[in-house]
Amino acid sequence: MAEITYRQALHDALREEMTLDPSVILLGEEIGIFEGSYKITAGLLAEFGPERVRDTPIAEEGFVGAAVGAAMLGMRPVVEIMTINFSLLAIDQIVNHAAKIYGMFGGQTAVPMVIRTPGGGGQQLAATHSQNLEVWYAHVPGLKVVAPATPRDAKAMLTAAIRDDDPVIVLENLALYNTKGEVPDGEQVATIGRAQVIKPGTDITVVGYSRSAVIALDVAARFESEGVSVEVVDLASLRPLDRETICRSVSKTGRAVVLEDDWLTYGIGAEVAASIAEGAFDYLDAPVRRVAAAEIPLPYAKSLERIALPDADVLVRVINEVLDATRFTRGESR
Amino acid sequence: MPGRARGSVKRAAAAANPTAGEPPEVLIDYYRRMALIREFETRAGEMYTKAKIGGYCHLNLGEEATVVGLMAALRPTDYLFTNYRDHGYALCRGMEPGPVMAELFGRVDGVSGGRGGSMHLFDVKRRMLGGYGIVGGQLPPATGAALALTLQGEAGPDADAVMCQMGDGTTNIGAFHESLNLAAIWHLPIVYVVINNGLGMATTVEHAAGEPELYKRGCSYRIPGERADGNDVIAVREAATAMLQRARTERKPGLLETMSVRLRGHSVVDPARYRSREETAELRSRDPLPAFREQLIGAGVLDAEAAHAIDSAVERTVADAVAFADASPEPAPDELFSYAYATEVPNTPRAMPGDPVLPVGWDD
Repeated sequence: MAEITYRQALHDALREEMTLDPSVILLGEEIGIFEGSYKITAGLLAEFGPERVRDTPIAEEGFVGAAVGAAMLGMRPVVEIMTINFSLLAIDQIVNHAAKIYGMFGGQTAVPMVIRTPGGGGQQLAATHSQNLEVWYAHVPGLKVVAPATPRDAKAMLTAAIRDDDPVIVLENLALYNTKGEVPDGEQVATIGRAQVIKPGTDITVVGYSRSAVIALDVAARFESEGVSVEVVDLASLRPLDRETICRSVSKTGRAVVLEDDWLTYGIGAEVAASIAEGAFDYLDAPVRRVAAAEIPLPYAKSLERIALPDADVLVRVINEVLDATRFTRGESR
Repeated sequence: MPGRARGSVKRAAAAANPTAGEPPEVLIDYYRRMALIREFETRAGEMYTKAKIGGYCHLNLGEEATVVGLMAALRPTDYLFTNYRDHGYALCRGMEPGPVMAELFGRVDGVSGGRGGSMHLFDVKRRMLGGYGIVGGQLPPATGAALALTLQGEAGPDADAVMCQMGDGTTNIGAFHESLNLAAIWHLPIVYVVINNGLGMATTVEHAAGEPELYKRGCSYRIPGERADGNDVIAVREAATAMLQRARTERKPGLLETMSVRLRGHSVVDPARYRSREETAELRSRDPLPAFREQLIGAGVLDAEAAHAIDSAVERTVADAVAFADASPEPAPDELFSYAYATEVPNTPRAMPGDPVLPVGWDD
């Protein structure tokens, strides 16, 4: 067990899978000589050469689509899209092609490809470079979308994604790249499609994914000292969505808050809240609350950027509101 | 076609008799294939009006010489990507008319089990890697397939190559330019083929393209381009063969433009009212099928009786295909989720419209 960064964990997964399987190739802008905008691919060009670590022109539709075709011929391309904002230039290839080819052609060919891309705001990159568009892809049958929160999961989920025969979008997060955590030695392969209870609790469920799961964990620790037992569910997989784990948690706690980095309307939280309302209505003591980003193209100015994004303080406030609305007495966990 | 940009059109060497030197059985086979496409497409149009075929249905009528010429240049081991006007290509790739028609009918015996329909014919064994319904959508995957070939084998006369077919309108979309650029910088064994029938739906090439001589559009990427007479099966075959050869041996991509006519509307439901009566009559006069028949009869390769025998045989073949398609069952409801994912994972959605998000009793 070693403590490494989320960035290093992703790098290690790529390197290990490339070592094991010669059909794994990397494509993307500035992933070779520059070693990746966020240095995930550092050293891989030197180790594996320019055929397997291929710098592409700025042509997202072209190189994402090229990965689709290479995958149809049995390669396992891992594409880096510099940020999720630029994935919109490739959305025809992702949604109309990668997601469709296996089913539309009656299972005759799989598309075993991975798209790695970071989302997230809060870096003063302004409106076009700060989006959380994961729900666009999580909406689409045929895709798988995972959103690791910790270095351990980053490595295990990227490994699973590379070995999976379907197109998998691995949602990374700018704010998590430098976070550290324990990563077990040896091969770890996550199960795509399962949420995980990353902290058990009895009084209220907080559902998050990626950065928001990390925040939820931190907030849960704060509440622990106040005698409130928060259960944290990390969605981990946005498609497929593990509704049963969410509803099972709420059936125990009776209260739920969703923390999400995307916008409120039609967001990940909307789907989670609707799933709880339908699947666990009888267990709910209060309406499900969502803590999401303010619905505005994110401004550059720090003062505005800060208040537009959900953070731990807002989550604390909303948890307290839900607890108060249900006349919860602190220190009397059920 | 009025106003159509006319550059040099490459014709077969002996223009007076382009079939000279070709073995008669080859020419007869080409005629048979062209006649098969004509009959298949004619019957497909009929089946559409009878509501046996749904959705969109685009026919290769008028493009028979182009389709047969291109497919004659492709080896069985090469890979083919096309747009949605794909029936003739599928048939020439060796896909059986019955399963192709069954796919158009949306039946279980269709080439993709009825999941793709007319625009999305696919046969992995015959390396027909898809008809694609989104204009330009096939170009990046075809380019990626060529990339895979460079990683999986060496260049040489026996190397595999990719052919990527598209319509004239596709040369205006970003995916065209991104793909050609990638093919050029990565030295990919791919031939892009533009079927120029003069019209993207009703929009003329001149109205839509800054460089309406479309074969020249590869010059930004130093991809050599050529134009061939799409009504001349041999000219098309020769031009495509030469480009494929360069792709195999030198890993040089090529751009081939074939000039042909679209005898009908854009799709089965388009009456093509934007064409004048004179234009339509002029198009008919350039129908490649009777012209080829006359040519072969003139050259003594066929006589009228033999031509008629071929026509009758393809009629029977297509009638059998229609009967096969009609007899094939529709996919069963319990097959809806059969191809949700290639790798099964927990929580894969299986809910039907109106089903609860979790099964009743999940919490028992």
